[in-house]
Amino acid sequence: MAVGPASVARPAPLAGRAASRRSLLERESVFSWVMLAPGVLFLLAFVAYPFFYGIFLSMQDRRVASAGTFVGLANFVAQAHDAVFWQVTRNTFVYTIVATLLKMVGGLAMALVINQQFRGRNLARAFLLLPFIVPTVLSTVAWMWILDPTFSVINWSLLHSGLVTQNFSWLGNATLAMVSIIMVNTWRGLPFYGITLLAGLQTISPDLYEAAAIDGASVTQRFRFITLPVLKPILIIVTMFSVIFTFSDFQLPYILTHGGPANATHVFATYAFDIGMSAGVLGMGAAVALAMLPALGALIVALTLYLRRE
Amino acid sequence: MVGGRALGGRILRLYLPLTFFLVAMLFPFYWMAITSIKPNRELYSQRVMPLIVHQPTFKHYVDLFEQTNFLTWTYNTMLIAVVTTVVSLVLGVMIAYPLARLNFPGAAVVAIGVAATYLVPQPLLFIPMADIINRLDLGNTLSAVMLTYPTLLIPFCAWLLMGYFKSVPRELEEAARIDGASRLQAMLRVVLPLCTPGLLSAGIFAFTLAQNEFLYALIFLTKSEVRTVPVGAITELIRGDVFYWGQLMAAALLGSVPVAIIYSFFVDYYVAGLTAGSVKN
Repeated sequence: MAVGPASVARPAPLAGRAASRRSLLERESVFSWVMLAPGVLFLLAFVAYPFFYGIFLSMQDRRVASAGTFVGLANFVAQAHDAVFWQVTRNTFVYTIVATLLKMVGGLAMALVINQQFRGRNLARAFLLLPFIVPTVLSTVAWMWILDPTFSVINWSLLHSGLVTQNFSWLGNATLAMVSIIMVNTWRGLPFYGITLLAGLQTISPDLYEAAAIDGASVTQRFRFITLPVLKPILIIVTMFSVIFTFSDFQLPYILTHGGPANATHVFATYAFDIGMSAGVLGMGAAVALAMLPALGALIVALTLYLRRE
Repeated sequence: MVGGRALGGRILRLYLPLTFFLVAMLFPFYWMAITSIKPNRELYSQRVMPLIVHQPTFKHYVDLFEQTNFLTWTYNTMLIAVVTTVVSLVLGVMIAYPLARLNFPGAAVVAIGVAATYLVPQPLLFIPMADIINRLDLGNTLSAVMLTYPTLLIPFCAWLLMGYFKSVPRELEEAARIDGASRLQAMLRVVLPLCTPGLLSAGIFAFTLAQNEFLYALIFLTKSEVRTVPVGAITELIRGDVFYWGQLMAAALLGSVPVAIIYSFFVDYYVAGLTAGSVKN
């Protein structure tokens, strides 16, 4: 498919030009870049540009509807001297680490339970994944009502079973509010771990377990030497994904607690929103959001390299 | 008593934990549903047993339709989700196909870039994005979210589809090309039809992601007529300290229905999409 013969075969000038344009398109690299161009340009304009513009904004004293002035690293310095910022940092890490551990352990348990043979297994799997597919804001609203200070069904059950004598203020107490957002995040994310790990478990041939059992391996040994090695790569990818999106979570704490009481559940995203959007101090808000970058950047680079290696 | 012990073990290892997971995962939906049909005197009473409905009513649903713009919000949400899903699927295919099947200079850089944009979370971008949308004068238009949602969906679709495109044998495409098909025709008529499950997975996933989006919609859509269901419910059914719980639950339930229906038809594709990135075939 060279250019020459095609244009010789069609002497008419217009058809010739069309043919050579077509054979140009047949070149692997030309075709590839023509296909890529719209999507790549779009992502450059609406992901790469905002990203760098955010860095530019973070070095400005810039409020909504007014021009900004360059202030260098002043926004970051101001944050570093603000106790609330460090509280937000600690909150974000506590939220991410505890919720991730709970989802990991709970998800593994869920996968091991559904991996057994029983009637209605596919149906159970479909139902168990529901929390993950329903829009987060809508299910979090249901949780808000479950955790209502006066009409909480959890409180009602605890009171009426005689386990406690007074209502918990789930979202009004600093510690309980953190417990609550971690609980709801775990509820939502656990099925993601459960179903992906289940898919991993299903790739293990039952023969392998049988052979190991014949060789005298105990249940724990079988789990340790057969199940875990298969699940490890899946667990690494799922966990890194989940950590990235928990660390930068906005919806759930924003709906459930708005960062309260007294900043006890503010995470980077909700705090940046409060400063940048609610108060309209764009530059400072961008700086708070960028404070996520070191931890997030390390994770993103690690996961990108890991995915590429696969 | 071997049978008895086996049954006991099965109850302990399967039925007990399975029941626990099912109840824990599904209770909030049950709660949503019964709250939406409880009259206010049952909702706001600490003396009535709350786990069941004593006198069901559809008043909250009627109020939701009569007193709020819920139908408009639903229309907006669906329109946005469908448009952004289609756009993202098309652009996702156009990115994934060359990356998965062709050799060209710059391929590695683009692949890394797409993976990285897939992983850059929204909260890192929303403040500069708000300023950009403002300067484009797109505030309070559906275009604002239709323009920004694909930034979340395209990298995802591209990433998912690359796996499917790679799995099609090269010989099929080559045979078509020898028969005179152009590269575009080979892609459209040979590779894409074979990747229908992948396209379905990516489409369903993108649709649920678009329905789930909240941050951009919250920032860009501040007028009632342009809002989506999540934003409308949060901003108009919670007024200051007053929560319209019955209507909120009705809105939450109805807002979940489109996703749940699509999901129920295509569970397997959804699960395949979920696991495609994490399980090697």
